[in-house]
Amino acid sequence: MSVLRTLLASLLILAAGIAVLAATTDGFRAFTSETARRIDVREHPRVLPPVPLQTAQGRIIDFPALRGRWLLVDFIYTRCMTFCSVQGTEFGQLQRRLAGPIEAGRVVLVSVSFDPSRDGVAQLAAYQQRSGDRGTGWLAVRPTNPSDLDTLMRVFGVTAIRDGLGGYVHNAAIAVVDPHGRLVAITDWDAPREAEHYVLRGQVQ
Amino acid sequence: MALQMLVQIPLLALAGWWLAPLLTRRIVDTFSTWNRSGISGILLASLVAVVWMLPRALDAALETSWVALAKFTSVPLLVGMPLAISWPRAGFVVRGVWLVEAIAMAFRLGWLYTVSPARLCSNYLLGDQRQTGKVMLAIGVAACLLLAWKLVWGHSRIERVR
Repeated sequence: MSVLRTLLASLLILAAGIAVLAATTDGFRAFTSETARRIDVREHPRVLPPVPLQTAQGRIIDFPALRGRWLLVDFIYTRCMTFCSVQGTEFGQLQRRLAGPIEAGRVVLVSVSFDPSRDGVAQLAAYQQRSGDRGTGWLAVRPTNPSDLDTLMRVFGVTAIRDGLGGYVHNAAIAVVDPHGRLVAITDWDAPREAEHYVLRGQVQ
Repeated sequence: MALQMLVQIPLLALAGWWLAPLLTRRIVDTFSTWNRSGISGILLASLVAVVWMLPRALDAALETSWVALAKFTSVPLLVGMPLAISWPRAGFVVRGVWLVEAIAMAFRLGWLYTVSPARLCSNYLLGDQRQTGKVMLAIGVAACLLLAWKLVWGHSRIERVR
């Protein structure tokens, strides 16, 4: 008798356990929060909030003002001296490769600083400068207050932690925003072809 | 990372284990017909433990308060306690299988955390991850040695609770 009961109990527990695991991993697809973020953005594109952003030229803009073209957004902090400084040069190269679509007004690159207390307008300009900015189609911006920064980081799913050496480690990526102002995809920061593909393919439609 | 995974969570489970005697004899006996050889309880504890091994779950426990609450309640109550009730009922084979799987898990996770070039948790540094991996491998080795010692020199009969 207890054998059957134990078998039944075990099967129920197994079924419940598998259901919970399936739920916590989005159907066994996402074991890390980064994968979960990417799946969530792909399946639930979200409209970007109208948070005021200060550009490297000192102007105030926001994401709704940038609608009508694809946006490739990454999050940075300009003091980064380690591998994430490569992020800047990668974006510079992306700007060069997308020169045509940029000139046609189809895409704009946006780098958002998640350390606005230390990244002022001058730091943003210097960052673009040393990353090989060609002058058009790439905006480096900073949110103007901490709660706006929190909103942005939450919507984009950016997590930044201190690296113990005075800098940050963050889940760097290139976020793809469609011309309607919706975040539709997150791609690898070091494989910009994927992000380009969205922009170029989007134009063909 | 090492602290949360290898100290905090095991301590929570241990707390649950120590709370088990609070359950009255009646409650334990009601469960016992559904828990022959402790299999149901060990299965429950193992599945809940697997959930808390997911990098995603560790991140969520740090970022979201209800997940943190879930961790602090489910690990003692659904891992520690069921193990405490079920382990005395488990025979040599059940215990052996479970221990071997647990050690294998320590080796798998330890190796993965040591070699992965990507950060599995958004809230921990890569260096933390590697260190946690090495500690897990060390725990796996230590557990293997302890098990071997017990097999060779330890008791050959396990007291069972019927």
